[in-house]
Amino acid sequence: MAELIIISTLNGVLYGMLLFLMASGLTLIFSMMGVLNFAHASFYMLGAFLGYQISKWAGFVPALFLAPLIAGGCGALVERFGLRTAHKHGHVAELLFTFGLAFVLEEVIQIIWGKLAVDYRVPPLLDFSAFTVYATNYPAYKTFMLLFSIAIFVGLILMLTKTRTGLIIQASLTHPHMVAMLGHNVPRVFMLVFGLGTALAAIAGVIAGPALVTQSNMAALLGPILFVVVVVGGLGSLSGAFVASLLIGLLQTFAIAADWSLARIFGQYFQPASGTILNDIWTVTVAQVGPLLPYLLLVLVLIFRPTGLMGTRDT
Amino acid sequence: MKKLSSEKLLGLAAIGLVAGASFFALPKSIEAQTTTIKIAYVDPLSGPMAGIGDTGLKTFQFIAEEINGKGGANSRKLEIVPFDNKLNAQETIVQVQKAIDQGIRIITQGNGTSFAIAISEFVTKYNERNPGKEAIYLNYAAVDPILTNDKCSYWHFRWDANTDIKMEAITSFMKGRTSIKKVYLINQDYAFGHGVRDSAINMLKVKRPDIEIVGNELHPLAKVNDFSPYIAKIKASGADSVITGNWGSDFALLVKAAADAGLQVDWYTFYAGGTGGPTAMKQANLANRVFAIGEGFANVPHAPSQTFEKGLREKYGVGLFYPRAVNEMRMLAQAINQTKSDDPKKIAAVLSGMKFEVFSGGEGYMRADDHQFYQPMYLASFGPIKADQPFDEEKTGWGWSIAGKIEVKDTIVPTTCKMNKPV
Repeated sequence: MAELIIISTLNGVLYGMLLFLMASGLTLIFSMMGVLNFAHASFYMLGAFLGYQISKWAGFVPALFLAPLIAGGCGALVERFGLRTAHKHGHVAELLFTFGLAFVLEEVIQIIWGKLAVDYRVPPLLDFSAFTVYATNYPAYKTFMLLFSIAIFVGLILMLTKTRTGLIIQASLTHPHMVAMLGHNVPRVFMLVFGLGTALAAIAGVIAGPALVTQSNMAALLGPILFVVVVVGGLGSLSGAFVASLLIGLLQTFAIAADWSLARIFGQYFQPASGTILNDIWTVTVAQVGPLLPYLLLVLVLIFRPTGLMGTRDT
Repeated sequence: MKKLSSEKLLGLAAIGLVAGASFFALPKSIEAQTTTIKIAYVDPLSGPMAGIGDTGLKTFQFIAEEINGKGGANSRKLEIVPFDNKLNAQETIVQVQKAIDQGIRIITQGNGTSFAIAISEFVTKYNERNPGKEAIYLNYAAVDPILTNDKCSYWHFRWDANTDIKMEAITSFMKGRTSIKKVYLINQDYAFGHGVRDSAINMLKVKRPDIEIVGNELHPLAKVNDFSPYIAKIKASGADSVITGNWGSDFALLVKAAADAGLQVDWYTFYAGGTGGPTAMKQANLANRVFAIGEGFANVPHAPSQTFEKGLREKYGVGLFYPRAVNEMRMLAQAINQTKSDDPKKIAAVLSGMKFEVFSGGEGYMRADDHQFYQPMYLASFGPIKADQPFDEEKTGWGWSIAGKIEVKDTIVPTTCKMNKPV
């Protein structure tokens, strides 16, 4: 049992940190521009495919730095020449713009890399088992993923709180006009934040690619969960996104480990006839409904705490 | 409104007559030589299961080329037309409709029992409403017993052994292995996975009542990217063996996660040989610990099948995962030759009850009662290839060795099918 708990915790935290890498960018972009970027998960996918391509040409380490740079550059260009124009027509136009962009990116990726999963492997450098918990091996690559995403998280916090750029970004979040009056180029700050946010998503893509599967539907698999994280954490709140990411990561991992069903808890009092719908509901386990739980959480949060766990404004 | 002059009308009529006459006058033999017989291949060609769908497509194309090379069917060439069903039931029907609209009336599909049921019902209904324009559905891999039992159709033919037949063979093999004490079941959460789970539980209860089933897991189909949480659970259960019907990426990723965690158990599978599976098993270092049931494996000592295998590998770089597809296409070609027609109604009448020398040797037959094909089955284990074994899989240096052969008479299962035959 202890083995299962430790391994599940490690897996849950790892999944949570991956979610956070993406959710942090999404929530930063939202709090600054008031636009929910539907194409955010597509930049994660772009990062994974760029990571695959660059690591094929030049190795994994260059890919780790180049792919987020390129994807972030693309993000900045999208903001400068797309979103900024759409912004003039209001939030609906912006929302629709990012919605369309998600489809465009998916199609472009399919045209370049095809519809099949690409063979993006764990680099040989990290292809061994790092340590053993009781009798279960924990792969070095996953350990690396965990440490790397924690490092990015710490770096992000330091940048936002300790540097001048971070101060200007934070000020632009709440008082954009004042910051502009002081002589700062606020649109450029917006572009920077959008680029940074997409680059963070791309980092998640580069490191998740070999561990998960790099294919053209990976954005669609992760996109919806991302919105859950951001809403549960509170729109625009970085620390909220962090807590919500870990919460959902652990929730999903532990749900799989749980074999509880209504039948197991109440079975001694009541047993519906087999073959009926009630019996189906009665015997379904938490593990089976695991993928559903984040969305249940989303609905509950929206009903009982619309600001999210740590947010300050209504969603 | 401008009136057409009588001369013009006359002219138009003349053109119409000439065109009509030339159409009817076209000799049948020329028509036969110039047009191909098209077969719609409806399977996932994008998304997580695209790897499997793509291998299947190449296999079918290779088989069609082989048949065409030997003169085709009734002197006409066979052509495989791919349709992407995106692993989605609704899209499957849209694609089948699209194929029929294009005049293709032979449909083949295999991946996903739920989609197979949808096609079978659609084709049956279509044929009722469109007498004289019937379509036929050739199923090469969807194995839920329901398709040849309660939901059987005259227009559906299945070449893959169904879940009950396969599980019968696997559990008979497990019966003799007394080291098995604790079994874990992990399957995909849809009709097929439920079928595998139920038949495993029922058959083990009869054959090995002493075995404890320590886990019974269902996971979403083609949605799990990382199986580590499931592997942690298998490990915690203390199982020594796992039974799974997982196919495609759901099998490859499951074993990949097992490899990462260092889980060492025996695996009893339906589809371990699918795309990505062999690579994952080699990575997990599971030498001779993964068993699969099938109607043929590359290393079955049978010269014609090995020659075919070699040709396929040289041309497309993939091994043959679907010997049943070869049986299907060759029997289709024979039916077209026999009836001298590509009319699905005539083909179906000949296929029903047809006896055939199968790909891996031995005689099989398409049972007329339920349109389930019966053939010799093999249980094979995966490990480093021996000197007399010519084929490895996915360039791993590991290949399949035959652990047991099950004769046709030992694979027969009863059916509840009451088929409505067309008059």
